[in-house]
Order: sequence, then C-alpha cells, then structure tokens
Amino acid sequence: MSTGQGNSGKYKWIGTRVDRPDGADKVTGRARFGADFNMPGQLIGRVLRSPHAHALIKSIDTSAAEKLAGVKAVITAQDLPEQPNVIVPAGEMQVNLRDITRNILAREKVLFEGHPIAAVAATSDAIARQAVELIKVEYEVLPHVIDVAEAMKPDAPVLHDHLITEGVKPPPTKASNIAKRMDNAKGDIEAGWKQAEVTIEREYTTQAVHQGYIEPHACLASAAEDGQVQLWSTTQGHFQVRGFVSRLLGIETSQIRVTPSEIGGGFGGKTVVYLEPIAVRLSQKSGKPVKMVMTREEVFRASGPAPGGTVRVKLGARKDGTIVAAECEIALQAGAFPGSPLGPACWTSFACYDIPNIKVVGFDVVSNRPKVAAYRAPGAPISAWGVESTLDILAQELGMDPIELRLKNAAKKGTKTSYGPTFDTIGFVETLEAIKNSAHYKTPPKPGYARGVAAGFWFNVGADSSAAAHVAEDGTVTVISGNPDIGGSRASLALMAAEELGVDYEKVRPVIADTSSIGFNFVTGGSRVTFATGLAVVNSVRDMIRELKVRAAKTWGVDPDAVVWEDGMAKPAGSNVGEFEPLSLAQLAATAGKTGGPINGHAQLNAQGAGPGFGVHVVDLKVDRDTGCVHIDRYTAAQDVGTAIHPSYVEGQIQGGAVQGIGWALNEEYIYNAKGRLDNAGFLDYRMPVASDLPMIDALVVEVPNPHHPYGVRGVGEVPIVPPLAAVGNAVARSINIRMTDLPLSPPRLSAAIDAATPKMAAE
Amino acid sequence: MAKMHISTTINGEPTEFLCDPSQSLLDVLRDNLGLTGSKEGCGSGDCGACSITLDDRLVCSCLVLAPEAEGKKIETVEGIAQGDQLHPLQKKFVEFAALQCGICTPGFLIASKALLAKNPNPTETEVRFGLAGNLCRCTGYDKIIRAVMEVAAEMRGAAR
Ligand code: FES
Ligand code: FES
Repeated sequence: MSTGQGNSGKYKWIGTRVDRPDGADKVTGRARFGADFNMPGQLIGRVLRSPHAHALIKSIDTSAAEKLAGVKAVITAQDLPEQPNVIVPAGEMQVNLRDITRNILAREKVLFEGHPIAAVAATSDAIARQAVELIKVEYEVLPHVIDVAEAMKPDAPVLHDHLITEGVKPPPTKASNIAKRMDNAKGDIEAGWKQAEVTIEREYTTQAVHQGYIEPHACLASAAEDGQVQLWSTTQGHFQVRGFVSRLLGIETSQIRVTPSEIGGGFGGKTVVYLEPIAVRLSQKSGKPVKMVMTREEVFRASGPAPGGTVRVKLGARKDGTIVAAECEIALQAGAFPGSPLGPACWTSFACYDIPNIKVVGFDVVSNRPKVAAYRAPGAPISAWGVESTLDILAQELGMDPIELRLKNAAKKGTKTSYGPTFDTIGFVETLEAIKNSAHYKTPPKPGYARGVAAGFWFNVGADSSAAAHVAEDGTVTVISGNPDIGGSRASLALMAAEELGVDYEKVRPVIADTSSIGFNFVTGGSRVTFATGLAVVNSVRDMIRELKVRAAKTWGVDPDAVVWEDGMAKPAGSNVGEFEPLSLAQLAATAGKTGGPINGHAQLNAQGAGPGFGVHVVDLKVDRDTGCVHIDRYTAAQDVGTAIHPSYVEGQIQGGAVQGIGWALNEEYIYNAKGRLDNAGFLDYRMPVASDLPMIDALVVEVPNPHHPYGVRGVGEVPIVPPLAAVGNAVARSINIRMTDLPLSPPRLSAAIDAATPKMAAE
Repeated sequence: MAKMHISTTINGEPTEFLCDPSQSLLDVLRDNLGLTGSKEGCGSGDCGACSITLDDRLVCSCLVLAPEAEGKKIETVEGIAQGDQLHPLQKKFVEFAALQCGICTPGFLIASKALLAKNPNPTETEVRFGLAGNLCRCTGYDKIIRAVMEVAAEMRGAAR
C-alpha cells in the first residue's frame, strides 16, 4: 500500500503511522462538529432565498414575519453596512467586500436561485421556517444566463451594470459579464508553431461541481450587550471568519472570539462566510444566541461550488515528442460575482512541462449561478483536463507511450514556468518513474479494459502561522496552533513536535485554539498546514528548547551555550563543560519553579518556500457499451509529497482527492433547467462516488524533500484532484475509441456518444 | 400540536422522551436527548451520516419519525464502545486512518457493525455494497474498506 521511499527512515517519529490524537473522540461520537453546539436560550435562524435566477428586488415586507409569535428578529441587507469596492484575500481566492456583503444578503438584485434575501431568528426551527414564508418580496424578473459561453456573448443579459472587463487595453466602455482577462506567456509562440511537426488543437468543457463535504455549514453566534461576540463555526479558518464578521458588521476584531468546531470536510468550500454575519446580526438584534445550520439543499444552491469552464488547448511537437509550443485559452464561471480561480487555472496549465514557447489567456465570467469558492487545487483540474487530454492525443498521434512523452518534456529543477518562478528541487520525474515502475503500469489492463494516464501540479502555499509550546510540570507537552484539523493535521503537528523535542509522541498533546488564544493563522487550505503551521510548531518547540537549555545551564552553573539538546535531554556540549548527568524534559519541568518559572516557546512566521507538488495517476476502466456506465478496475496515484509525516494520512489525502476527481470526471455536475434553477440540489441526483463504484486506490508516496522545510514537507491535499479528470477521460477515449471532450462522462452522455458513433463505425 | 410521549431503549438504557409527531428520530436524538454523535448530512436518506439501528435493523434516523421508536431498541454510535473499551471497529478505524474529517464515521461504524452482524465473512465487494449507502467525501473509501475487512478477519479469528 505504501511505498514511502525511505526519507522517513532517518526519523524516530516522522513517517510512523501513529493513532491520531483526536481518534477516540471521533469514533465515539464525542467530537463536536458545527451543528453539535447548543447554548441555553438559543434561537434558530433561517434564511429566505430567491426563487429566481435573476430579478430586481422591488420591495421586501417583513411585517407579517415580525408579528409571528416566537419570532425575535428579522434582518435584510439594510442591517449590514454597505461595503467599499475592495478586494481582500479569502483562502486561496480573492473576494470583493462590496460583493461579499451582497452575496450574504442580496441588495438591489437577486443574482442566482437560492440567493439570500432576508433572515429570521425564532424560538424554534418550525417557527423560523414559518416566518420565512411570511416575508413578502416583490420581484421584477430579469432574463438570466447560466452558461459561460452564452454569458460572454455581446447580447447576453448583463448581471452588473458597473462591470468593465479588467486586463483589456483600452478598457471597454460598456459593461459585460467578462470580469477579467488574464494573459501569461513565455518565449515566442509564433516561432514555436514554426518548429512544430505535429499540432493538435481541441476544445473541452467541464461543469460546475460541488466540494460535497458531508457536514453542512453551521454556526452559533452569541452577541452580548457590551458588544462582545462569541462565535462557534465550522470553518477552515476561524481567523478569516473573525476578519469577515468584523469587517462586514463593523465590530472591532478583538471583540469577536471565534472557536472552530471540528470540521466535517471543506476542501476549500469552507473558507468563505455565509451564515456567520447573519447569525451575529440576528443575535445582536434579538439579544439571544442564534444557531444556524444549512440544509443540504441550501448547501448546493447557495454555497460556493467549483466553476465549470471551457478550455481550448493547442500543442505543437516535434516527431520525437519534444513539445515546442503550447497555447491554452480558459473561460471560467465565477458565479454571480467576479472571482473564479482563473489565475491558478492559467498558471498551472503547463506547469508540469518544460516548454519553450507558451501562451495562456483566461477569462473570468459572471453568470446567474452561486458565487464559486475554492475546491481543492482551485482551477487546476479544469486546465489539466484540457492539457492532459490533448497530450494523450499527441501521444497516440506520435505512437508514444504517454508516460514517456511526459518524461521527455517533464519540468525539473531550473525549469522556468510561464507565470514567472523557476522551479527549485521538484519531484515530477521521480513521480512519473514511480508510475512507470509500478506493478500496475507494468501489467497490461485486463481484457476488455483500457488504460489512461494523466499528470497534475499544484503550487502548495505557506503564509501566516502562529504556534506555542508549553511543558507541564510532569514533562508532557501541549502544542497550540490555530488551524482547524480537517484531515488529521493534529497527528502530523504532534509528530513533528515529538521529533524535534526528542520525546514520545504520546507525551505531546496538540490543541487547536480559538482566535483569542493564539496569534493569527491563515486558513486551513492550500495544503499549507503541515508545511507552514508545522514550521511554526517546530519553531515554537525550538524556542522552548532554547529555554530548556537555559534552565539546565542554570542548574549546572554553566553557560547556556555549553548545553546541547539531544534525545529529549539537556546534555553538556563537550567534556570541557564539566561532568553532568543529562537532564530530561521531565526533570527540567519538575524544577522549573526554581530555575525561572514556566517553560514555554512561541513562534510566528510567514512561511516562504512552499514546495510544489506533482502527481501522476493511472486508471484501468471499461465502458459498458449498452448503458454507458464506466467500471473502474484499478487505480494508482503517485505523488511527490516531500516527506510523508504521517504516511496513512498522506495516502488518505491522495486516495480521497483521486476519488473526488473520479466523481468530477464521471458523474458530478450542476444541472440547471430553463428557468435557471438547479435541478439536482441533493445527494440523490448529484451523484458522488460511493464505495461500490470504486476499487482500492493505490497511493504511491514519492518523497523528494522540500529544501525549504526542516523535515522536507511539501503539502499533499490538493495535487490528487488534478489528474483524475483527464486520466479517466483518456482511458475512456482508448476504451471506446471516441474522444469525449465534455465532462462529466456520465452514462447518458457516453451512451449517446457511443450510439452516435455506432452507425458510422458499422458503415466503415 | 400536542407532544407525544415515547418509551424506548437507547444504547441499553430505558429512555423516555416527548416529541412532536412530525419530528424525525434524528432530531430527537440530537436536539432533545443530546446524542449528537449521529450526524445530519442530508436529511433525505442519501448520505448515511445519521445511521442507527432500530431493533437491530440499520436505518437512516433522518427518515424515521420519532414516534416510530415506541417500544423499540435503538443503538447509536455512543453505544458502540463498552465502558473505556473501544469496539474493534472503532479501534481499527483509528489504527487504519479510516477517517479524515470524521463526520461520516459514526454512520460508517453503525453500518459496518450491522453489516458484520449479518455477514461475518464478507468479500471486498460485499463490504463495498454493504456500505454503499454511506457517503464519505474524504477518504476515497479505501482505508474504510480495509478496516472493516480486517475487523471481520479478527472477529472470525477470535470466534474460532
Ligand atoms: S442525514 Fe440521514 S441519510 Fe443523510
Ligand atoms: S472522513 Fe470526512 S466524510 Fe468521511
């Protein structure tokens, strides 16, 4: 199952498969997730949502709702201050404050079905639901547009009268749905095409998909009369929640204390705020705690899915497989407000390859859909779907093995990317080789099955983290950080702390603190926690070790420089220091009161040097020609993770990401009807993979350490969703001899394609 | 609406509660009884996060009306461990990293326990189909399936 290549062998704790610290809590039902918090006297909040895809709000009458017994507060957009047109970072995405306040409660217009319009707080859920029904809204329904290509047309209904395309010179004079144009290039693309002996060009589409976390958004807000606000929220970044609530409601940051619950999945979708400002405002207005939980339907209609889009890719290569020119044009759905992950989609498109001449153009397009949010490697799976599919066509055209073609063009240390940076030590070649040498790749597919491969890239990020380490009087250690544990990060933080300190893993207790109990931490996202917060934890432990050495020096009456820290003990640095018995952490802790008081360490940093990650996936599958149903027989995913701190959770991230990508490739999509309403806002009709759809997912863990982290960590979570779309598509193409260019490859689409091709094939 | 008085046994304890006739059993467990181990992922029977057993039958508690529990025996995730001893499934889930975020875990544990009670010797395919009513978005199912297969093997070994 694991093929860790042994970097981890040099460590005592790192690379071991220890039980996670919160394991027992989570298997017994004790762990408290978003909807599990309650407060005495709490009210339940509910939201009124738009039934229309696009409409002017003529008037809102809340009087009947206010009169209903049990209703304690009703709010509309008037209860949120207007915000400036300013862009602020939110997770891996950017948000505009003017837009986000309108996304939380609609102002002039509703821009998608499910757009919140008003909210109520009542003594029970039943009353709150009844009150929502009593709010009367007068609309003037406007023509809507759902599709990206349609939204880009000059005569499309325009969502925002003030939206002038950015990045075009001279700037257009008329508003449109194209929020932004983005360009990046390298070399001389025209010269590149002249060198090409083979050119392939294709256009692809993907549909919007949802992160599909099993836990719906939830929060509980309690605003006190003196202005202090307590908030419990299921989020990937409680500091972000604090920042947004403070900004959007005009409350001083220090007056808001956000405690993160356990989080039931997020994948980027819980880096934005939907309910929190509403709950806080309702609590302020009613003087009572207010709890809000979305239904699954609300999650689908009104949280942020990943965009769908259109990708056109053109590749030029020599006969020997050397790619000399590459072009990519991407148009992404932003949803109702600008801000799709267009940058990452563009920048990652050719990042796997060392190509001299590249041209990439991207468009960010608004339409009457919910505002998109981050979803695992935001943007990258979409451009990779286009690029990796086209590479497969090229491999077939040249009669080359698809792994060999990728090896021939693989990015390495020193490769300059089209978007600027030059790669330091990266492990793409090693990852390709891991697949090439795998049992899977060396065994031909079973009769009737076809094979597809594809690669993927993600930057991984660093950013702000704080951590603290405390030693207790018995010598056990608490490590405090501020990133919600979404997939087992407590274990990796504790492993690094134990390794650095030289104590047993069981002696380290990792704690995730609320916003008032630890310094700022950026969101749990971007595959940054083990890397950046891990670094903060390691540094906080180092700070504590510095203090431990001071205490040992005091005990021995020597200079602190004469003390070293080894295997969890203070030892004299050499024989000239004097003869002293080593002092253990427990001994130093027990005498702390006599040597200067508590022993703690702190660290804060803005982590630079995140190590990019690469993945290569291979899949064997069969298409049932009658039903169009795809059966996956075997799946292997290799990825360079730098160092696998906890190999089981590293494999788990790879397996989980791969399966989300398989779902994206095969079945998942937002389906809209002619009225612009979402037709499949539930798990029955939005079909995510279940256990019986899948084989085991073999995870090959490749370890090429990141030189910018003391333990070589790169980050793991995002890369694995990038390759599956094209890997599955390539296998389907080889299986049925039809190149599908529109996702998902769902049974109706595949059987239609097969039917359409069959008479032709019979005639040939 | 007048409340109904219901008598049940939950995790071995005789339990009485008052509920609205239209309340789901999941809501009663979570909101009236404070048993928040069972989770609501969909409220429509499609995710399995709310799985419990009712008279030893695996059900989605979001689809059961609370009054239907009258006179019945309920088991939730809170009742799986024995005192301070985790159930073998709980132990193996932790050991095998069969959970990432953990929101689906209570439902998977209940469904796995029900599956092994019916079929102590399942094939991988049988486990996959047995757990197909439970969604997990994090793990890709691999580690969950391995954990359940391993427990089945161990329990067979212990029974021998
Ligand atoms: S909450 Fe009951 S099946 Fe999803
Ligand atoms: S572990 Fe997160 S949904 Fe299963």
